[in-house]
Amino acid sequence: MPTNIYSPSDVQTLLDNGAQLVEVLPREEYEEMHLPGAIGIPLRHLDLEAPGKLDRSKAVVVYCWDSV
Amino acid sequence: MYDFVPGKVDWAARGLPVEGANAGKPNAGNLAQRDVATCSVDETVGAVQQRAADKGGVCVVVNEQRIVFGVLRDEQLGGSGDAVVADVMRRGPSTFRPHVAAKEMAEYMTKHNLSSAPITTADGKLVGVLFRDVVMKATENDS
Repeated sequence: MPTNIYSPSDVQTLLDNGAQLVEVLPREEYEEMHLPGAIGIPLRHLDLEAPGKLDRSKAVVVYCWDSV
Repeated sequence: MYDFVPGKVDWAARGLPVEGANAGKPNAGNLAQRDVATCSVDETVGAVQQRAADKGGVCVVVNEQRIVFGVLRDEQLGGSGDAVVADVMRRGPSTFRPHVAAKEMAEYMTKHNLSSAPITTADGKLVGVLFRDVVMKATENDS
């Protein structure tokens, strides 16, 4: 289970410590707008694409549109 | 693994930098006036009138967590000063997320004759108020 974080400063702290940022929305939505430095991996492709795009030794922060 | 629960809508609503095709384009969030008049449901219209006048002529009714309950516009603010906000406010106003494109906001506000619209996060917290004249000016060169 992922650890929930709620503040942008927590995100930034993790990024400062080498974490990878991943948006899990569909590709089009990622292209329209994403957090700086985020990689776009749609949720349904996560299992397939994550091994090739992410470094297993580093933390991962995922996000989508909002909390709803 | 970490899950940033509020998501990119909340991130953008805070005015934090974003990337992507829409990053530099005007939207509801970056055009909204952040410093707006707010009030609670138990105040009187008289107590709110000057506050609203100083901040664009509209007052957003919120609770302590800044969740939007209603809006006071000209019609409500021009009424009896003794009236309680809860009794006269426009309940459940149409609200919009910060990422909505300015062009879409301009079209909607024109079609529905809205002079202003509260901009909120997905859980209803007030981000600011978008005024129609501002969004029309921002989109006047759009085809």
